[in-house]
Amino acid sequence: MTLQLVLVVAAGLFCVGLYGALSQQVVVMVMMGLELMLNGVILAVTAFWWFLAPNADGQVLLLVVIAAMTVEMTMGFAIATLLHRSRGSDMTDTATDLSQ
Amino acid sequence: MLSIIIFSAVAAIALASGVAVFRVDSMARATYALAISFVAVGVMLLMFDLDYIGVITILMMVMEMAIMAIYMIMFMGMNPALMPMSMVHNKRWSAILAVGAFLLLAGCALLIPWPERTGSPAVDLTVSLGEAIMGSKMLVMLTVSPILFATIVAALVLANPRGRYDRWGDALRRSTPDDPQQGGLSR
Repeated sequence: MTLQLVLVVAAGLFCVGLYGALSQQVVVMVMMGLELMLNGVILAVTAFWWFLAPNADGQVLLLVVIAAMTVEMTMGFAIATLLHRSRGSDMTDTATDLSQ
Repeated sequence: MLSIIIFSAVAAIALASGVAVFRVDSMARATYALAISFVAVGVMLLMFDLDYIGVITILMMVMEMAIMAIYMIMFMGMNPALMPMSMVHNKRWSAILAVGAFLLLAGCALLIPWPERTGSPAVDLTVSLGEAIMGSKMLVMLTVSPILFATIVAALVLANPRGRYDRWGDALRRSTPDDPQQGGLSR
């Protein structure tokens, strides 16, 4: 394994997730895209940690990224529930007034 | 050499299942594909000797996909979740942006002269992580803990069926709800 190989794989995962987060209309599918992006971030942090500075700091950073995934998932599900309850749909296009 | 071959195979599985999330016809299959991608990344973490983080990644993501399946049934019904779907917008520009970002990131990864490795990993990485959390990096965990607690409270407030947002909608300046039975109890 090399740093470059792992980073290219991580970039691939991140960009597949980016495509999903930008293109999907269902909130749950948007969350799937965000999860894939964070999946790529986890892999990239692991690569930097292992190949550049393998001390405990990198592992703590990984735990923080995993915690961020947990927060994203929890809030995403809660917002999807709220949207579905108030609008009868969990499509992002029904929540465009949030930007106003 | 063997480790590169195994890593490449697992990486191919992670990427292919990641792409499949947005290519398959149903949300149920998309959830399974995402779970496979996460398990593959968890296996990659295990290949870096990150036993603890690799295992919690796999366990957490498998559980999350199970929860996601429940949400699909809640919001879309079981039949729509298994039927073909195509709910996308701005597909072309999303693809252009994603490919552009990949070329940029991959180019940086390949062209930047990365520095040499400094130091070596601890003998037991899980022990070193535990010592860091309970020692020099305790402030990080002390910050993460209230954030996670605040997340639980915020999620409950948002998802509560008889809460402020459900009764008032977006009229947040309204003084009192027109609610014959007080306290958010069921009617």
